[in-house]
Amino acid sequence: MMLALSLDLYSVAQRFGRIGEYFQYSFVRNALIASMLVALCAAILGVFLVLKRYSALSDGLSHVAFGAAALSAAFGALDTWLVLPFTVVAAVLILKTSPERRAMGDAVIATVSVGALAIGYTVMSLRGGESNLGGDVCTALFGSAEILAIDTVQLVAVSVMTLILVALVCIFRYRLLSVTYDDKFARATGGHAGAYEVAIAVVAAVVIVVGMKLAGALLISALAIFPALCAMRLTRSFGRVLLLSSVFGVASAIVGVLLSILLGSPVGATVAAVDIVVYGVVSLLKR
Amino acid sequence: MSFISFRTQKRKRIDKKLPPHSAWGHYRVRRGPDGTAHSTSFAELGKTLVRVDDVTLAYEGREVISSLSFEIPRGAYVSVIGENGTGKSTLLGAILGLKRVRRGKIELCDLKRREIGFLAQQNEESESFPATVYEVVLTGCLSRSSCGPFITKRARDIAFANMEKVGITSLSGRSCDALSGGQRQRVMLARALCSASKLLVLDEAVTGVDSKTVADIYSLVESLNAGGMTVLSVTHDISAAVRYSSHILRLSSDGYFFGTVKDYLALDEAAVYRKTDVTDKNAKEPYGDSGFRYKGGAV
Repeated sequence: MMLALSLDLYSVAQRFGRIGEYFQYSFVRNALIASMLVALCAAILGVFLVLKRYSALSDGLSHVAFGAAALSAAFGALDTWLVLPFTVVAAVLILKTSPERRAMGDAVIATVSVGALAIGYTVMSLRGGESNLGGDVCTALFGSAEILAIDTVQLVAVSVMTLILVALVCIFRYRLLSVTYDDKFARATGGHAGAYEVAIAVVAAVVIVVGMKLAGALLISALAIFPALCAMRLTRSFGRVLLLSSVFGVASAIVGVLLSILLGSPVGATVAAVDIVVYGVVSLLKR
Repeated sequence: MSFISFRTQKRKRIDKKLPPHSAWGHYRVRRGPDGTAHSTSFAELGKTLVRVDDVTLAYEGREVISSLSFEIPRGAYVSVIGENGTGKSTLLGAILGLKRVRRGKIELCDLKRREIGFLAQQNEESESFPATVYEVVLTGCLSRSSCGPFITKRARDIAFANMEKVGITSLSGRSCDALSGGQRQRVMLARALCSASKLLVLDEAVTGVDSKTVADIYSLVESLNAGGMTVLSVTHDISAAVRYSSHILRLSSDGYFFGTVKDYLALDEAAVYRKTDVTDKNAKEPYGDSGFRYKGGAV
């Protein structure tokens, strides 16, 4: 047992020595950049999800995204362009069904997400007889090494998405703060609170669908929420929370991707685990 | 928003030359020598700012207000009073566009939503929100800059001016959740002042706030009103309502009253508040700016 562990540690150490070699491969570099960008988007989004009490929404949406992914996988290739509109529509529907009854929001999210899971898995089982069903489900739920196979077009798409998101948040940060802090005031004084809420939900859907490739449906919420919680522990200014959350998200992504290469573990789960460890350390230091 | 009629260009140009809050100074409410508002005739106050026309409102499916009609004149200080459950806050929500009107019509006359400032009752909900005082006050200035999302120098100036006014300049970098209840309500007032250029709406703004802050809020709102700002206030503090208001709207389950303070004090139910009115020249003010004043006696 000890021997096996030490052998394992030895091989990890060996790989650590060769970490420079890994970065000679463009696909490793691409994967690292893509992970950082996705983590950045998720971390920014996470601030709004946590503060608007939308954490459940993001989890519900990821189930919807899984359902959609299962459907599209059953009828052909797992295609982001098929999953995306489905999830966006679900996001807007969840947000708009019960604006007056916030307590019911929970139930709506649960119904939609469980429904999407059930239908998605059923259809997948019915149609996916010939393919590796378990592997497909696992990939959609927990992410895969697919991030290593990301091509230049996808990388450019993710970069553009990140750039747009960061620019929008920078420009509209006080408007977003206004809507997030007190949507009643924003609405009463002519701020378009409803529009901003829909915008946040749509961005959440997009980030979740894109992030599924990295972390999978179940783990993408971790990438969004943990950096935001860390940042809120450390600072109480909205601008700095946004900044720190992004830093935490990107840093965890870098460490997570490197670790997953060294350990041979799944990328998404490792990044999420790093996020959780960082949160644990931060909350121990700042109680 | 077709029901909002726009004023002529000429009026707009005049507005620009005047500093904020005094644009409607010529509709000044007449005051007695002690600064108390007199009941004022409609003709003096100028045109209607908000018209509530035969409105029926429901709260949680139950009708709380039925067929209510009144008009808020420009420059008025309207206090809405009534017991809990008579629909005061629901009415406010409807005027602010937060609640749906079941029947009837609420019309904003020459008043845009972004010219309204809103100060709600203290709420615990936003207590643990990571934002500084300055950031929160600045969100009140957003409605002013109609041209684009950027924070202009002018918006920053307005934010600082209003923080100065309510006495929270020294707190500007502090986090909102590290403040006391009174301080937080001052922050909310500064935010409301930033967005209010024509109408200031107060929803039980002084409930649960320390007496110093209450006095400051009252005197600040009074001076704004004297400068021409229309004020609509929901309150349980009837003696203050009688003292500061020009009009009273009393809601109850069996009928409504809307009229000047003078008319309200003539009602039987208002008999207890009559001694605080200016008609009693010998009465000392029951509330000074520093709260209650005790008449002598050893402590």
